[in-house]
Amino acid sequence: MTHPSSGEALAKPVPGGLGRLLDHRVLLSIAVLAILPWLLPSKALAVNVLIYGVVVMGYNLLFGYTGLLSFGQAAFFGAGAYFTGIAIGRYGVPWFAAVAIAVFLSTCLAALIGIISTRTRGIYFSMVTLALAQLVYYVALQASSFTGGENGLRGFTVDRISLFGLQVNFLDPVNKYYVLMAFAALAMWFQSRILNSPFGAVIEAIRENEQRARACGYDVERSKLVVFMLSGAISSLGGCMLALHLSIVPLDILHYQTSGMIVMMVLLGGARSFFGPFVGAASFLILEDVISLWTPHWQIFVGAIFVLFVLFLPKGIWGTLLDTLGIGKARR
Amino acid sequence: MDLSLIIMQLLSGIALGAVLVITALGLTIVFGMLGVVNFAHGALFMIGAYAGLYLASLTGSFWWGLLLAPILIGAFGMLIELVLIRRLYGRSIDDPLLLTFGLSYVLVEGVRIVFGSDGIPFPTPPQLIGVLDLGIGFFPRYRLFVIALVAVVLLVLWLTLEKTRVGLIVRAGARDPTIMQVLGVDIGRVWLAIFGLGVGLAALGGVLAGPMRSVNPEMGSLVLAEAFVVTVIGGLGSIVGAVVAGLMVGISISLVALFAPEMATIVMFALMAVVLLIRPQGLFGVRGRTA
Repeated sequence: MTHPSSGEALAKPVPGGLGRLLDHRVLLSIAVLAILPWLLPSKALAVNVLIYGVVVMGYNLLFGYTGLLSFGQAAFFGAGAYFTGIAIGRYGVPWFAAVAIAVFLSTCLAALIGIISTRTRGIYFSMVTLALAQLVYYVALQASSFTGGENGLRGFTVDRISLFGLQVNFLDPVNKYYVLMAFAALAMWFQSRILNSPFGAVIEAIRENEQRARACGYDVERSKLVVFMLSGAISSLGGCMLALHLSIVPLDILHYQTSGMIVMMVLLGGARSFFGPFVGAASFLILEDVISLWTPHWQIFVGAIFVLFVLFLPKGIWGTLLDTLGIGKARR
Repeated sequence: MDLSLIIMQLLSGIALGAVLVITALGLTIVFGMLGVVNFAHGALFMIGAYAGLYLASLTGSFWWGLLLAPILIGAFGMLIELVLIRRLYGRSIDDPLLLTFGLSYVLVEGVRIVFGSDGIPFPTPPQLIGVLDLGIGFFPRYRLFVIALVAVVLLVLWLTLEKTRVGLIVRAGARDPTIMQVLGVDIGRVWLAIFGLGVGLAALGGVLAGPMRSVNPEMGSLVLAEAFVVTVIGGLGSIVGAVVAGLMVGISISLVALFAPEMATIVMFALMAVVLLIRPQGLFGVRGRTA
C-alpha cells in the first residue's frame, strides 16, 4: 500500500543512467571523499571540507529539506566540539566515548532550543534561533572555568587512538583524515536513512505546504522538533570531529558568524541536495584560501559572491548542475 | 541596597533602551511594511556610527554628524532597496534575509578596509560632557540627551504616522498593498522610502550609541542580536511593541548588571525565551502572521 506522502510516492523513478547512479548516493559520496585529499592542494583543507561538510549536511536537513531557515546551527557545532574537549580533557573519557557523550548532550541542547524556537514560524524562527545561539555563545564566554572563555578550550590532545586493538598515530594527517571520514560516512548513512524514511517525506511535505501537512494529520510541531534535534545531532558530530582534529576549541565556533558561514555553505553548494553541502563547504573553503592569498579582506568577496548566488543561482552549484543534467529531485 | 542607586541604574537602563528602541524600530517598520527582515541592520548601525564620527570630525561639530549621518546612510539604504532587495519581492520570504546577510559581510569588511579593524573612540560632544546633579545622584548629561532625543523622534514618528496623509498611506499600505495600488498609490515608492527610513533609524542609533560604546567594525553583530530580541519580544511589525520591549530589555540589562554583571548580556535572551513560551507572537504581535 502506498500512503499519499510516504517515501515511495515522492521517489518516482527517473529515467536515465545518471539518475540511477545517484541511487547509491551514500557510496558515491564516500568514494569522492576517499580521494579528496589527493584532489585538494592540502590535507588540512581536505579535513576541513570533511568537518564542515558534515556540519552543513546536518543543517541541510533543517534548511534544505524542511525549509526552516535557522541562524543558530553554530550552537550545536560548538556544543559537539566543547563537550568532546571537556569530556576528554577534564574527565579523561576515552575519545570514542567522548564523541558519543558529546553528540548525546548536544542533541539535548537542540531539544531545549528546539522546544522554544519551533513554536515560531517563518522569519521569527530565524531571529529566535540566532538569539538563542548567541545565548549559548555568552554562556560559554562566561563559564570560563569549564570552557576557557575567550581563550578557547585547550588542554586535551588526542595523538594516538586505538582502533580494534590497532594503535593508530593520529598526528599523521592521512590517518587522521580517514578516521574522521569514518564519522562522515556514518553521518551520511544516517542522513540518507532519514531522508528515505516516511519521516523524510513528512518533513518535505511540511516544507512544501505546512497547512496541508497539518490537514493530512501529521503533527507538524513535533516533526519540526524532531528534525531540529536530528539536524543538531549530525552537526554536533562535525563539532566532535573538529575538536579531535584541532585539539583546541576556539570560542568563535559558537558565534553567529559561524552559523552564517554554515548558511552560506549550504546555499553555495545547493540546499536540498545530498552532496551539495560538501560541494558548498569545499567551494567556500577554497575561495577563502585562494582569496586570502592576495588580500586579508577575503570576506568582502565571499559576501559579494553570496549575494550574487542569492540573486542569480539560488539552487547553488551542485543543485544547478543536477538540474542541468536533468536529474530528478527525488534522487538528489 | 540603596534605593537611589537603583533609580540611577534604572535611568541608565532607559538610556540604553532608548538606543535599542530606535534601532529595533527601524527593523520592525521595514518588516511591517515590506515583510523583509534586514539582516544588515546591525552592519548599517555600525556604518552609521562611523559616518557620524567621520562627518563630525570633517565639520568639527558632533551635531552635523548626528544630523547628516542618518540622512546619508538612509539614502544609501534606499539604493540597497532599489538595486538589490527589489529584485526579490515575490520570491521566498527567506531570500531578502539571506541577501542582506551576505551584504552585511561586504559592509563590515568594507569598513575594515577604509577605517581599519581597531576600535576608534567617539568623543562626547563638549556641551554634553560631565554629569548632572539629579538630587539623588549624578547622571551623565549625554545619556539624558539621548533619552530626550529619542523621545522627540518617537513623538514625531507617531504624529506623522497617525495625523498626516503620508502616515495614512503608510498604514494602509502595510495592511493591503494591492488595494493601495488599485487606488493609484505607487507602492514601490512607499516601500523605497520606508526602507530608507528604517536604515536611517539604524544609523541614528549608531551615532547615538557612539559616545556610549567604542566604535568598531564588529559592533553591529551584538546590536543585531539585541534588535532581534527586542522585536521578537515586542512583536515583529509592532511599533508600540518595539518601544515597550526596547525599554524593558534596556532596564533589565542595567538592573541585572547591578547585582550580577556576568549575567547582564544573558538576561535579555532569557527574557525572550520566557515571552516566547507564553506568547509566541510577542507582547504586541498579531497571531497568524509570524507565530
